[in-house]
Amino acid sequence: MKSLAELTAIRNKMKAQIDNREVEKDGDILIKVGMATCGIAAGARPVMTAFLEEVSKRGLKNVKITQTGCVGMCRLEPMVDIFVKGEKVTYIKLTPDKVVKIVADHLVNGNICTEYLIGKEN
Amino acid sequence: MRELSLNVLDIAQNSITAGASLVEIELNIFELEDRFEIVIRDNGKGIEEEFLNKITDPFVTTRTTRKVGMGLPLFKYSAEQSGGRFEITSKVGIGTVVKGVYIISSIDRMPLGNIEDTLITLIISSNKVDILFSVKSDRGNGYLDTREIKKVLDGVPIDSIEVIEFIKNYIKENLSYLYGGLE
Repeated sequence: MKSLAELTAIRNKMKAQIDNREVEKDGDILIKVGMATCGIAAGARPVMTAFLEEVSKRGLKNVKITQTGCVGMCRLEPMVDIFVKGEKVTYIKLTPDKVVKIVADHLVNGNICTEYLIGKEN
Repeated sequence: MRELSLNVLDIAQNSITAGASLVEIELNIFELEDRFEIVIRDNGKGIEEEFLNKITDPFVTTRTTRKVGMGLPLFKYSAEQSGGRFEITSKVGIGTVVKGVYIISSIDRMPLGNIEDTLITLIISSNKVDILFSVKSDRGNGYLDTREIKKVLDGVPIDSIEVIEFIKNYIKENLSYLYGGLE
């Protein structure tokens, strides 16, 4: 059984980290997963948890994961917007396997996975 | 939708859009009576009566990006195809309650699925909304309240990846035995 005492330990560890983090704001990465009915039905939730797992496995500290609604292109879901240093890239029809590659190539090494980009669907 | 927990995620997203500050997700399991219910209750802005009457029509939606709204119709269908029922009540300014009742042994009942992932996805979706997840079953009762977690965190964001991982494991280790078997 887990207890909230364990959470206190996590809090203390993170409070120590937050100070160091302010410095590298420029390197922040934002991941937005489309999470409306269309996205959820197409598999957005496993895509989001795959991002969580990969980011956690690699210990990336400057990544924030959040959600967005439907942008009207339901047939391309699950869609994910990734912002690196303010530059936005939209990936479409993602699966947990593709997420593993995106985290390694794009987030860690800075190479956009062009094969999963919007506009490449045909 | 392949599992009920995805319907729960979808309906709870509506609550967040409706400006709720608290979303309660209840799982009430009556194994001896062969049924369980999923209740999603929010304190969002509520729904006008006129709109409420046609809300399970897939061609009625508030969204502007497209003309269909499948969330509630799919949830209603999931309950009714198992031989259960669906209810929605709402009051403007007070909030909305959505309830699905399911027959456990029905061959047409979808599995509950991964409710842990639904809950952490909701917490990531909006760190301002609080989630109260509670389970009542013949095996006992349990709950997870993000207000309690935020109190312990004392300013550390609840959507930090380390915290989300803790919450997921907390639900798995402390609560999943209460609804085990429905997945």
